[in-house]
Amino acid sequence: MKNTGTLHVTTRGDHEIVMTRVFDAPRRMVYDAFTKPELLKRWFGPHGWSLSVCEVDLRVGGAYRFVLQGPGGRSMGMSGVYRELAPPDRSVHTEKFDEYPGEAVVTTILTEAAGKTTLTATVYHESTQIRDAVIQSGMEHGAAETYDRLAEMLASQVAASA
Amino acid sequence: MTPSQHLDATFAALADPTRRAILARLASGEASVTELARPFDMSQPAISKHLQVLERAGLISRGRDAQRRPCRIEAQPLARANDWLEGYRQFWEGSFERLDTLLDEMKASTKKTRTKRTRKGKTQ
Repeated sequence: MKNTGTLHVTTRGDHEIVMTRVFDAPRRMVYDAFTKPELLKRWFGPHGWSLSVCEVDLRVGGAYRFVLQGPGGRSMGMSGVYRELAPPDRSVHTEKFDEYPGEAVVTTILTEAAGKTTLTATVYHESTQIRDAVIQSGMEHGAAETYDRLAEMLASQVAASA
Repeated sequence: MTPSQHLDATFAALADPTRRAILARLASGEASVTELARPFDMSQPAISKHLQVLERAGLISRGRDAQRRPCRIEAQPLARANDWLEGYRQFWEGSFERLDTLLDEMKASTKKTRTKRTRKGKTQ
């Protein structure tokens, strides 16, 4: 079992990123936190960034729009459309950053066991430019503890698939 | 190749479990095709095909020794892929830490509502 609080990010195929994270809360709460603007505003965005615009039209075909404000007056807008909504366990939405072409499709699955919720988000990038957008939008990434870390990641993937 | 194409090539090469297993093995030191084929239930030609994909993506290089042509892992493209993943991770890690706090608050207020029974609380 994964521990609460550990985020796992891996790739699947050349277009997908898979993130898993366990939360110490029932999935209904996690689902609400991902879909209600008043809750999203309280957590969405990396350290130093906050949501200045958070509009959500929560229905299939409905749009959402987020604007994140970051350090030094930087801002980053993103928007998309909800394609599937099956609370509290599944949703599919598109995701597009203002300044970059291309769109990702994000499938979010929440499973609950013993009061804890496992989030699995699969991000399908039709274009690699979104990947670059994530880097270039000023989301600082840590120092390069690269080689060993990736080797570890690979080793754990191998162990998991064995 | 542009950085984006490099990432694509790297992720495409990493998409296959056998190739990831080969890289994980090479992370602990160079090895010949024979040595690499041993733990897998695969022929040497099949392993060689995987090695070609890895080599084209720049993830491994082959030694000059004509007999063994030992394979070794190349850190740079892996490092770039890892940097990219790391940036992504940081975005969500920061967000999720705040979400943990929020969820704790939500749970606490649900409990309060339930114990006090002062109003029709949402039973989440």
